[in-house]
Amino acid sequence: MTALLEVSDLKKYFPVRGGLLRRVVAQVKAVDGVSFTLETGKTLGLVGESGCGKSTLGRVILQLQKPTGGKVVLAGEELTSLGPQRLLEMRRDMQIVFQDPFASLSPRRTVAQTIREPLDVHHIGTRAARNRRVEELLHVVGMRPAIMDRYPHEFSGGQRQRVGIARALALNPKLIVADEPVSALDVSVRAQVLNLIAALQREHGIAFLFISHDLSVVEHVSDHVGVMYLGKLVETAPAKEIYRDPRHPYTQALLSAVPVPDPQRKSRRIVLTGDVPSPMNPPPGCPFHPRCPKVMAVCSQVAPPFVDVGSADRPHRVACHLYA
Amino acid sequence: MSTPLLSVRDLCVEFSTERGFVRAVDRISFDVMADETLGIVGESGCGKTVTALALLGLVPSPPGHIAGGSIKFAGRELVGLPEAELRTLRGRDIAMVFQEPMTALNPVFTIGSQMTDVLRRYRGLTRRQARAAAVELLATVGIQAPATRIDEYPHQLSGGMRQRVVIAMALSCDPKLIVADEPTTALDVTTQAQVLEQIVKLQQQFHMAMILVTHDLGVVAETCHRAFVMYCGRIVEKAEIGTLFSHPRHPYTAGLLRSIPRVGQHEKEDLAVIPGMVPDLLHLPPGCRFADRCPRRQARCEESIPELDGGNDSRARVACYDPH
Repeated sequence: MTALLEVSDLKKYFPVRGGLLRRVVAQVKAVDGVSFTLETGKTLGLVGESGCGKSTLGRVILQLQKPTGGKVVLAGEELTSLGPQRLLEMRRDMQIVFQDPFASLSPRRTVAQTIREPLDVHHIGTRAARNRRVEELLHVVGMRPAIMDRYPHEFSGGQRQRVGIARALALNPKLIVADEPVSALDVSVRAQVLNLIAALQREHGIAFLFISHDLSVVEHVSDHVGVMYLGKLVETAPAKEIYRDPRHPYTQALLSAVPVPDPQRKSRRIVLTGDVPSPMNPPPGCPFHPRCPKVMAVCSQVAPPFVDVGSADRPHRVACHLYA
Repeated sequence: MSTPLLSVRDLCVEFSTERGFVRAVDRISFDVMADETLGIVGESGCGKTVTALALLGLVPSPPGHIAGGSIKFAGRELVGLPEAELRTLRGRDIAMVFQEPMTALNPVFTIGSQMTDVLRRYRGLTRRQARAAAVELLATVGIQAPATRIDEYPHQLSGGMRQRVVIAMALSCDPKLIVADEPTTALDVTTQAQVLEQIVKLQQQFHMAMILVTHDLGVVAETCHRAFVMYCGRIVEKAEIGTLFSHPRHPYTAGLLRSIPRVGQHEKEDLAVIPGMVPDLLHLPPGCRFADRCPRRQARCEESIPELDGGNDSRARVACYDPH
């Protein structure tokens, strides 16, 4: 199997300016040395709490924001050094679905205009062919073509998210970054959209980078899961594996914190103390050590290496001194 | 059996909109005992927040008003009570915790001055006594170094700490009832776990009654003794928490429980789905509001609304002609 997407040592730092001369006084390390690969037609779920850098990572991979360092290779092409023309061409292969279907659709455009826009931008087909493609796409996401000329305000959240997904599909991309695609939706509608995403992947072989703070949703859709904390990946493993046998103390705490809809099951909860430190001033060594229930002396001094604790066919990588 | 602390009967809340009258809450009845936690569950727009606001006399008017029914708190009728009397009741006997702690706190005053205001006004404490009491309350809700935190402004605190401060303020007058509307929805999972644990502990320690409004079935399962499920302004099912989750009787409750992905049950297959979507409150069907999405629909479901009925069992009730 070949990797569709290869991310190596990716970094995105945001400068913090202050003082009279607006000098750079500090840096927020939103993404700090992240590496992973994603295979064609697979889903990598990215979980973490707010501010851990998961959304920034998604945007930097798509080159919506310029990375500070590191490489992103999509289908053999290194994206970070491409010129604007070639990058535009590459954008056909990579699309994004946003969290808030109320903010990501223009209220002044009809559904058809929104879905057709990527086709227009890339000058694909004749006008008639584009309109046929819009009808086809609406059918794929389970909407009637009759609604083509309606505006977003006429639709519910779930329907809008379907329109957002249809737009992302328009160019037959190889990779879709889905940034919290179901977080704004109600439970009963969320299941509909999750099933749609799963069906699209089966039928079209699209790779997904699925970003979410909701661990149960990520587990449901993902082949592999990566856990982020303060701009770094702390653990990656096959989805089944990471939920059955989480290794990193942060992953363990995160999983145990999810409220379980089963009153009989008294959960053995690991309640963390304190809050996530500021990414402007991350703690030295392992970023998790001030909150870690298994902290050791070495943790505050040396950053733990990312080591493989799995087998050859089931890689399970973790950045923790317990396994180094 | 003891008499309930709060007794709501046939409560109706209406809003006038540009397109006509909307009945957001339609003839709901429930009791809350003096030391129990009652959950109100439902998806957006089902009327759960409006119900909570109505209990406190906080339905924004205009456009809304209580169109009928009665709310008895400790034997006293709250519907139609003058605003001045409601206000004293709200500070002292009934307290509220909102979803977004930043909107409940005033950004230009320190948390100490906001807390002592309440304590001096309702408990008649001196400045010095109030400050000591506030420090103690902050310690009770698990804030580290409360004596220094008390002089900080809301923006200096993290989301979890702000919500703890709001809870401390709610506790400050020893209320008999706390109404919490999505108190942990804006928080990250690990912080949510901390705050939920605190809420459960405090409810037992202070022997308060609590109403917890949430869309998250996991949160309900872990904190409530009883709960009811709302759909389109009506209660569709009411039961002990164990029964509700192990033997849901209304097809909507059963559908909701089936449509949530659960951590630790990795199956990459389709989730059970409730087809369709919530009907428009302006154009409600004459019969059961769930009928057009219901797998157990019969002819009479479309003709008249099933009433909440439990036969001889007054603790578990369901509004369905053909319950599970």
